Amino acid sequence: MYAIFVLRPMIVSVQYSFYKWNGIGASTWVGFDNYLRVFTDPDLLGPIGNAFKLIVFFSFVPVVLGLAIAATTRQIAESRLASVARTVLFLPQVIPLVAAGIIWTWLLSSTGLVNQVMDAVGLNSLTRAWLGDFSTALPAVGVIGAWVLLGLCTLLLLAGISHIDPALYEAARLDGAGPWREFLSITLPSLRQEIGVCVTVTVIAALASFDIVYISTQGGPGNSSMVPGLEIYYQAFTERQVGAASALGVVLMLLVLLVVLPIQWVTKERD
Amino acid sequence: MSHHSSPARAARLWSTVAAAALVGGTVISGCSAPGADPAAAPTAAAGPTQASEVTCGTDPVTMKGYFETGFPLPKNLTDEFTKQFPNVKWDVREDQFAVITQNAPRVLSDDPPDLMRLPQVSELVKDKLLLNLDNYAKAFGWDAWPASQLAQMRVSADGTRGTGPLYANGLNFSLTGLFYNKELAAKIGMTSAPTTLAELDAVLAKAKAAGITPIDQFNGGATGGLAFPLQNLMAAYGETGAINDWIFQKPGATIDTPSNLKAAQHLQKWITKGYFADDINSQDYAAMMSAFIGGKALFIFDGDWESGNLDKQMAGKAGFFLMPPSQAGGKQGAMSAPLTYGISAKSAHPDCAAFFLNWVATNQTAREITVSVGGSHPMGPSDAYMPAVKAGTVTAATLEAGAKVGKDNGAMDFIANATGAIYAKSWTPNLQKLVASKQTPEGMLTSVQKDYEAQIAK
Repeated sequence: MYAIFVLRPMIVSVQYSFYKWNGIGASTWVGFDNYLRVFTDPDLLGPIGNAFKLIVFFSFVPVVLGLAIAATTRQIAESRLASVARTVLFLPQVIPLVAAGIIWTWLLSSTGLVNQVMDAVGLNSLTRAWLGDFSTALPAVGVIGAWVLLGLCTLLLLAGISHIDPALYEAARLDGAGPWREFLSITLPSLRQEIGVCVTVTVIAALASFDIVYISTQGGPGNSSMVPGLEIYYQAFTERQVGAASALGVVLMLLVLLVVLPIQWVTKERD
Repeated sequence: MSHHSSPARAARLWSTVAAAALVGGTVISGCSAPGADPAAAPTAAAGPTQASEVTCGTDPVTMKGYFETGFPLPKNLTDEFTKQFPNVKWDVREDQFAVITQNAPRVLSDDPPDLMRLPQVSELVKDKLLLNLDNYAKAFGWDAWPASQLAQMRVSADGTRGTGPLYANGLNFSLTGLFYNKELAAKIGMTSAPTTLAELDAVLAKAKAAGITPIDQFNGGATGGLAFPLQNLMAAYGETGAINDWIFQKPGATIDTPSNLKAAQHLQKWITKGYFADDINSQDYAAMMSAFIGGKALFIFDGDWESGNLDKQMAGKAGFFLMPPSQAGGKQGAMSAPLTYGISAKSAHPDCAAFFLNWVATNQTAREITVSVGGSHPMGPSDAYMPAVKAGTVTAATLEAGAKVGKDNGAMDFIANATGAIYAKSWTPNLQKLVASKQTPEGMLTSVQKDYEAQIAK
């Protein structure tokens, strides 16, 4: 099964990437031409840059906020409030991404809730169609991603914290450590592996993003929020350049490995 | 937790990578190139040449259809067809037009429908996926219809559209122009349709001054709806023939002409004067329609496929006129395209499908449905039966405008249809940049022409 549904498509993609093919008719062997295009055509290179910008929102924000939330709710982990907070934060993981994307396009539209709130507090000079503005479309997509992934990170980190021996915190307090010191000396090092998982999952989500962008902006306006996953789709099904799409796919896969493997290595627990 | 020391682990990793590369390499070299040369498929015109021989027969037939979601016309027509020819049943699959566009080549070759809603046909013809309908056209006398109705679905051997064998037919043909809100128009004293471009400019300025959004237009995501006003302006400043040549991929045709530049500059003027809603770069088609129906804008540029809908939702409050010419009394152009339906080259019931297409254009009840449900002009001979339409409705206005465009020979296909990817990958990003002042009119035309040439060279 694994061979049919995972390995075969991967190998076939590599094969297609060396051809010029429209998906139906005859194909011609073009060697590395498609790869050359990936690295020289701004239409294909630009989306890769955008994917890296998305890492800030998809990965950095959820992990940092998740850590903050997990650390501050540690003391009240058993209370009712904490379980409500956990449920609320995890909810975005349960909602289908397409539905979430549609809700966010309403919130971020020119007459949406975000702008209504800004109007109400006197920030009406800053209101705009967030997903239709060249300078804010990509960050707005990033905010949606951060919202989706924050719950996942918080839950993982909370689970990690609950496994830390309470005696460690007690000992630290006896030694006169404040909350900040506790966080740096106990919480953070003990969560190394959980943080590693969070960063890995969210970085992959950023680099391979498709659904959120497809629903909210379709890469617009003017390609300003185009990401590799969406560009692959356009190349294959709109431009009918299956070879170029496959080449971009292979490059994206290698890029993900290149970024994720060092993260795995750094966050691995050592003796 | 601990793990093995690095050297052993690294060696294992490298051997895995090498093995994977080896397996991959073997598989790749063992495979033949993807795709097949379509030359083997039949290319000659299919079917008998006598109209009496082209029927759906009397045995039970199930026709496989692939239609567009959200438009009730095809379903209404196939239901009526089954009423008249009870041996014919329909097995219909529906998708959004964007999905149909992306799926068309694969569906036509792997799961061939008898009748399918088609995007622009030239690439499908190149891949030999569509049935040549010339013999049916001869048998049914489609050749005697006004030539402009079928021109967009003809593709010659060199890939140029507009002439050559016929590869599809229409359920109707649509027309575009400006829809307006009659209440808002009355507020600023617009009592009749502007007769020149300058008059239209004056109306736009008046609306803006009165605090009314002059034009709303979808231009967000992958849908650059400013192509509608742009092409209307192109027709006002220049000849529709040259624009059609470009859309039909005639050798040497270019969109980067002096008159088109004037049109693009005029569009830019409308943008900088604030005549468009300020969030058009985030609006999709549905958002524009709900804004217009909700009375939030004076004008939208759109097509008569909305006539029936607007007659229902804005009964008596919506009007339509063609883009006015630059000089008073000048010829008027409009984008006009058949609601294209074709037959797969591998269809199991091509005769019945062709018979249905002819029935849609010639049967009286079918023509009535086409007008009352579809809102657009039926296909067929110019002297064919026309159902009566209530005066003062949007449908009446669009049908009347169709006659004017026919007289002026001003029908154009859409500039968005020139190639399969020109709209999503070239017009849309460029028009969105024009809205945000990140592109110039000159730059836009040069950039689109460059993409067009690259896409045709494929």
